[in-house]
Amino acid sequence: MAQSAPEDGEISIAVEFTGGLELLFSNERKHNVTLPANLDDGARPDIAYLLRYLVDNIMQDQRKEMFIMEDNVRPGILVLINDADWELEGEEKYELQQGDNIVFVSTLHGG
Amino acid sequence: MHAMAMTSLDDTCASLRSQIAATEASLAALKCDLAHAEQAATATLAADTAGNKGKGPTRWPLMPDEYRRYGRQMIVSQVGLQGQLKLRSAKVLLVGAGGLGCPAAQYLAGAGVGTIGLIDGDTVEASNLHRQVLHRTKNVGKYKVDSAIESLRDLNPLPTYIAHRNHLTPAEAPTIFREYDLILDCTDNPATRYLISDTAVLLGKPLVSASALRTEGQLMVLNNPPRPPGDKTGGPCYRCVFPRPPPADSVVSCADGGILGPVVGTMGVLQALEAIKVITAPSVDATSSKDPPSLHIFSAYSSSPFRTIRLRSRRLTCAVCSAEASVTLETITSGSTDYVFFCGSTNPASLLGPTERISALDYHERYPDNVPAPTIIDVRDNVQFEICNLENSINIPISTILSSSRPSKAQNGDVDNQSQLPPWIPSEVANSDHPVYVVCRLGNDSQIAVQKMKDLGMHQDGQRFIGDIRGGFRAWRDQVDPDWPEY
Repeated sequence: MAQSAPEDGEISIAVEFTGGLELLFSNERKHNVTLPANLDDGARPDIAYLLRYLVDNIMQDQRKEMFIMEDNVRPGILVLINDADWELEGEEKYELQQGDNIVFVSTLHGG
Repeated sequence: MHAMAMTSLDDTCASLRSQIAATEASLAALKCDLAHAEQAATATLAADTAGNKGKGPTRWPLMPDEYRRYGRQMIVSQVGLQGQLKLRSAKVLLVGAGGLGCPAAQYLAGAGVGTIGLIDGDTVEASNLHRQVLHRTKNVGKYKVDSAIESLRDLNPLPTYIAHRNHLTPAEAPTIFREYDLILDCTDNPATRYLISDTAVLLGKPLVSASALRTEGQLMVLNNPPRPPGDKTGGPCYRCVFPRPPPADSVVSCADGGILGPVVGTMGVLQALEAIKVITAPSVDATSSKDPPSLHIFSAYSSSPFRTIRLRSRRLTCAVCSAEASVTLETITSGSTDYVFFCGSTNPASLLGPTERISALDYHERYPDNVPAPTIIDVRDNVQFEICNLENSINIPISTILSSSRPSKAQNGDVDNQSQLPPWIPSEVANSDHPVYVVCRLGNDSQIAVQKMKDLGMHQDGQRFIGDIRGGFRAWRDQVDPDWPEY
């Protein structure tokens, strides 16, 4: 996925919402997000940081509980890190890398 | 005396309930026995017809018609004669005869699956026909399973079809599932999805689970291979992937969110394909590697419409398939595993008091021909508004209303209220004191909208009426305008 080269000290990642979650994010499926490569405490940004960043900076909809519950993604949302279930990658503690593709999928129930 | 009578009545009710449960269980078992007897009779008949004038074993394992009918798939190397024989002896249960179940059943019947069970308590509605491809217009009102089986028999009379004309219940699920080798989850709600997965795991049946909404679909093959609870080499179950159900108010149905026929059809066809793959798979020993568990996502309007995600393996703390399992067949049938409670339920909103609501008929009588003109705010989304709307009504979708931030009380203190109103409120509405009536499709979102507008101070400290039309456009159609489109 082509992305503009990040500045020094920044990483850029692709974030995608599907399964209806895009409705909470201005009805846009894909967002390019630039994060600091190192946080104030020297740590690298992880998924937990990304969740807070998305809620504080990208999400316009006020219904935060449709995305976040108890500081984590709400039940019924799968987080995919480069096409793998985040549970295979360390969940919210996964440290983001330049060029990562993070997908949030809301599970569907219709049939 | 009274208390005693009550106790005795309670006992009677309890006794009757347990008798009904027991009778229903034995009825389900009898139906399965009948189906098998029928299948045996069909097979005998077929053998007699195909055999050398009824004498001795037949020369070929399939009937002549079966070679002709299934030849095109039998010459695909992944199926072959052995695969066809496996398909003929397979017993597949489809839970749900709707948008997923219809195409899935159609392909499984076409492929020659020997026994196909369908369970669904719904009847066919006109709004089903665009996607539930086995149902015919003439069958509106008929049980979906009967309508589906009628079409399936036209397609292929050879399989045995079993109709279960009720919704799957925890009490009956194990008895029904026991008679099948493979389960397809073609349902539309979380509670039933957990019930299906739990029962399939505990009875050792692989499960092909799919779902769809709007323009997207999802598919997983679960409990494959189907190993006993506690065996880490078994495939993950629905609870491993989703240990906690989504909040009930985040679950959107096809009736509310909409669905494109070919989208749910794609998912149903893929379910049939995965079922055929599971049934015809060469038997493997426990050590050989299988495909890793995965989730297939179809997004019809995305530039990359098909995508496959690697899923986790069995969860060590899973409530069903781990060594620490707490869900058993006994807790399912007894009701102590309570699926409705687990998944929660949403009740129709009742946020407003009677003085804040008006019936469609009263509204119509108060404002015949919209004179004098009140302010009508229609909170359906723009697509529905364009299908039909009331003259002079203003469209402000509920999603717009809910996504607006609320001015804090402190800000509201001594500043002019209207300068605090969000931009979605048109100035001619904000600057007038005309009563405001909010309307939606069914009368739920309208109440939420009214409450939100009052929170924003639009009711001018009670000087201005803001209320909703009770029951929305469904009530409007029933009480005022029978020509109003029913979509």
